[in-house]
Amino acid sequence: MELTYIPLFAVLVSLAAVPFILLSSKKPNLREFWTILAGVIKFLLVLTLLPSALQGNVIELQLLEIAPDLPLVLRADTFGVFFALIASSLWIFTSFYSIGYMRGHHEKKQTRYFASFAVCLSSTIGIAFSGNLITFIIFYEMLTLATYPLVIHSENKKAIAAGRKYLTYTLTAGLLLIAAAGITYYLTGTLEFRPGGIFGDVELSQPMAITIFLLFLGGVGVKAGIMPLHSWLPSAMAAPTPVSALLHAVAVVKSGVFGVIRVVGFILGPDVMAEFGLNDILMVMAGITIIVASLLAFAQDNLKRRLAYSTVGHLSYIVLGAALLTETGLIGSIMHISTHATMKITLFFCAGAIMVNLHKSNISSLNGIAKVMPWTMAAFTIGSMGLAGLPPVNGFVSKWFLATGALEGGMFIPVTVYVISGLLNVGYFFPIIHRAYFKKGGEELEGHTEASPFMVVPLFTTAILSILFGVYPDLFFNFFDMATTVASSIFNPM
Amino acid sequence: MTGSNIPALIPATYILFAILIPVIGLWRSEITRALALLGSGIATFLSALGFINYIQSGEVIRYYFGGWMPPIGIEFVYDGLAAFIVLVINAIAFLVLIHSKEISKLEFPGRKMPYYTISMLMMLGFNGMVLTGDLFNLYVFLEISSLSSYALIAIGSKRAPYSAFRYLIIGTVGGSLYLLGVGFLYTVTGTLNIIDMHAMLPQVIGHSAVVGALILMVIGVGVKAALFPLHGWLPDSYTFASSTSSALIAPIGTKVAAYILLRVMLFLFGVELIDAQLPVTTIVGIFAGVGILYGSIMAIAQSELKKMLAYSSISQIGYIIMGISLANPFGFIGAVLHVLNHALMKALLFLVSGSLRTKEGHSLITKFDNSYRKKYPWTMVAFTTAAISMVGLPPLAGFFSKWYLALGTIENSNWMLLAVILISSLLNAVYFFRILEKVYLNNPDAEEADDAEAVSPQNNEVGFSMMFPMAVMAIGLLVVGIFNAYIVNVIFTMFPAGF
Repeated sequence: MELTYIPLFAVLVSLAAVPFILLSSKKPNLREFWTILAGVIKFLLVLTLLPSALQGNVIELQLLEIAPDLPLVLRADTFGVFFALIASSLWIFTSFYSIGYMRGHHEKKQTRYFASFAVCLSSTIGIAFSGNLITFIIFYEMLTLATYPLVIHSENKKAIAAGRKYLTYTLTAGLLLIAAAGITYYLTGTLEFRPGGIFGDVELSQPMAITIFLLFLGGVGVKAGIMPLHSWLPSAMAAPTPVSALLHAVAVVKSGVFGVIRVVGFILGPDVMAEFGLNDILMVMAGITIIVASLLAFAQDNLKRRLAYSTVGHLSYIVLGAALLTETGLIGSIMHISTHATMKITLFFCAGAIMVNLHKSNISSLNGIAKVMPWTMAAFTIGSMGLAGLPPVNGFVSKWFLATGALEGGMFIPVTVYVISGLLNVGYFFPIIHRAYFKKGGEELEGHTEASPFMVVPLFTTAILSILFGVYPDLFFNFFDMATTVASSIFNPM
Repeated sequence: MTGSNIPALIPATYILFAILIPVIGLWRSEITRALALLGSGIATFLSALGFINYIQSGEVIRYYFGGWMPPIGIEFVYDGLAAFIVLVINAIAFLVLIHSKEISKLEFPGRKMPYYTISMLMMLGFNGMVLTGDLFNLYVFLEISSLSSYALIAIGSKRAPYSAFRYLIIGTVGGSLYLLGVGFLYTVTGTLNIIDMHAMLPQVIGHSAVVGALILMVIGVGVKAALFPLHGWLPDSYTFASSTSSALIAPIGTKVAAYILLRVMLFLFGVELIDAQLPVTTIVGIFAGVGILYGSIMAIAQSELKKMLAYSSISQIGYIIMGISLANPFGFIGAVLHVLNHALMKALLFLVSGSLRTKEGHSLITKFDNSYRKKYPWTMVAFTTAAISMVGLPPLAGFFSKWYLALGTIENSNWMLLAVILISSLLNAVYFFRILEKVYLNNPDAEEADDAEAVSPQNNEVGFSMMFPMAVMAIGLLVVGIFNAYIVNVIFTMFPAGF
């Protein structure tokens, strides 16, 4: 079977939908049909790549030489398919949810919204299937630009300020990444993503290694929300909630951590990381981020901002897992990309449903809402439990591997960090649940019922998925198998 | 075969039309633009032919004028680099002249004949500078192009003659310094031919006159190229000149000067000799780096689009000169590629500002608002493309010249200049996104008023004569970006000896 072109089609299909979306701006139903259609096709295309990815095969398509000796390469390796599956499947949910949210909220400029969203997804799948750093950079910058119209969507002062901040952070990051790529290319003569890294024979000096690493960290660390590079993320909550849900919990930020793992496992490689103590730098930064972000989450009364800080913390779970440089730790880290995605998207969906239905965005005003929105709050509870690491939700599985990985490496501080952070997660999520279920609601709740099914069905489905993947991680997509394959390819390069 | 005559035919075309246009223009001034288009069109066609010929055969044409062998006679050296630059400047000039239709009616009615005549003369000068293999002959063409550009700049707003006069004074000093340098070299080597002199320089490199000559020539050409801190003439000249004049001079004029600098530093002196007596490349690199930052910062401070673009030019010319000063293959590729990229970007941006001026009567950034998005949708798309390319985001062209320049700085372990490239890209983002924000987003302060005034702006897009060149350039930026490997592979064959 000819699979070579499928990665290319998977990237292009949502881009191809953009003209249709733009042309049918007067007919909302047709416009949204294009989005859903592109989403389903994209998902199915990615799905056809799954069997070969499970065997650890690599499907590669060399497009053209973008510069001498620097080809534009699309490559669907196991890790890429893993990430692409998460992004493309959740896009379908988000599209349905967007319809409910955008119409329920009477948002303006919905055409621009759906068009930008489609471009974002193309970029994200492009990032997943990038076969080398230069291709990665191109899609990474594309994602930056395509997200901008979504961040400033409401075009009020707050949104525009958030947009500026977002561009400042991400464009700077892009430049640092380019500089890092330049130095890497000069030293190694290639920019390929190779399991185990490309610095094999290169003699590196300590300052040089640290410089390269810090440039890379600046490059991918902004989107990964590693402190102190995280502050664009809470500001970007000015965007409509579906954007926060898919982009600021899945696509954009996960592109960042995806980049971190690409750099750690496929560019620098575990050996270089360990030799120059680079993993220690990464570990310290990620550990601090986890704790500080969890503490800051307490201080937020705005629900979306609390979720944003929670995201910052959980992204660093993944980064910390990669920095452990143990196989089990990396499995946990990769698993957490998928588990955090389903859990956090559920929570954001819930926050959006509450906002549209009850016009409430602050936690202090959520008293008693479980009575009017039982399904939403049930989903919210499942998501919160998962993020706190409680079984049977899938957050438990990834956290288990993260902690085991740390123990395997004899590192007790990371284990402590994971445990403390789990407690903090309980601390900042359960008061919300407590308010919703056990406090008496005000009079304004009367007459309200559950939100529109366009929102409730997606959010409840993702919650159920979180449990299913918690009970049986290899269900449908074999996430666990894939994570194992990736981790073993990095630590046992051929 | 005609191929071997191309180096002479290109300037000859411009001479012919520089004579034809005033003669016919006295009789019917309305067809002068068509003539100028024909002239630059033929020149573009010839340069394209010559460049393709070069790619296929890799042959360097040395055209001896009057059959006199150098060093007695004057020769034109049509090597790959010259062929490339000539093609770039003629194609840009052709596109800008297409665009000039509306602006010329508006900004200098009744003076079309002199405008088009002078533009032909100026292009003659620029082409001659690029093609000639003789240092004194180069000075002659330099003066032809300079005198014409003074005149072109003077056709503009009320303040234009003043800024043109200032440019004339500074530019003449620059030209004279260059000539003085050539004189020094001539007394020592006894030749004016570049290739000949390059062969002789190793014997006399220790001579103090050679050192003096190098300094004088770098400063002299640096004035023309607006290398910081010799850029003083540029901002006002570009701002107050007619929009079409600045669109013609900005992408071409300083590039050609930078090209001369490249010839002098890397071909005449060469990689081995350039730093023999003084660390010339280091010093030039420092000035280029400072210029890049200075131009970008000043651009942020401007409230007038053309003036912002003028400062941005100072910054961008710094990139090219930085690439030259790196004196390594990557830097060379970056510099040459940036000549093309920046010519496209800056011409496009000046054309956008010209289009806005014809429609709105001004190009004040402070007065831009989101009605432009509705009124000039495609012009704004073109502007956005150029802006993103200027910031240097892939896959647009601007990214790749910066990529090679960055590789060049890494090869020399010149971390300061690497930082300069990165910082300046961010500064570019600041001054372009500031405009894009105004054009594409509602003004949050005026939200109420916006709703009250329900009059939605009508599409008022510019006509074909303005849209076509802008569209070609915007698409060109994407094409050059994606297929830059092909161009770079040709640039590989243009390297000076010693790489």
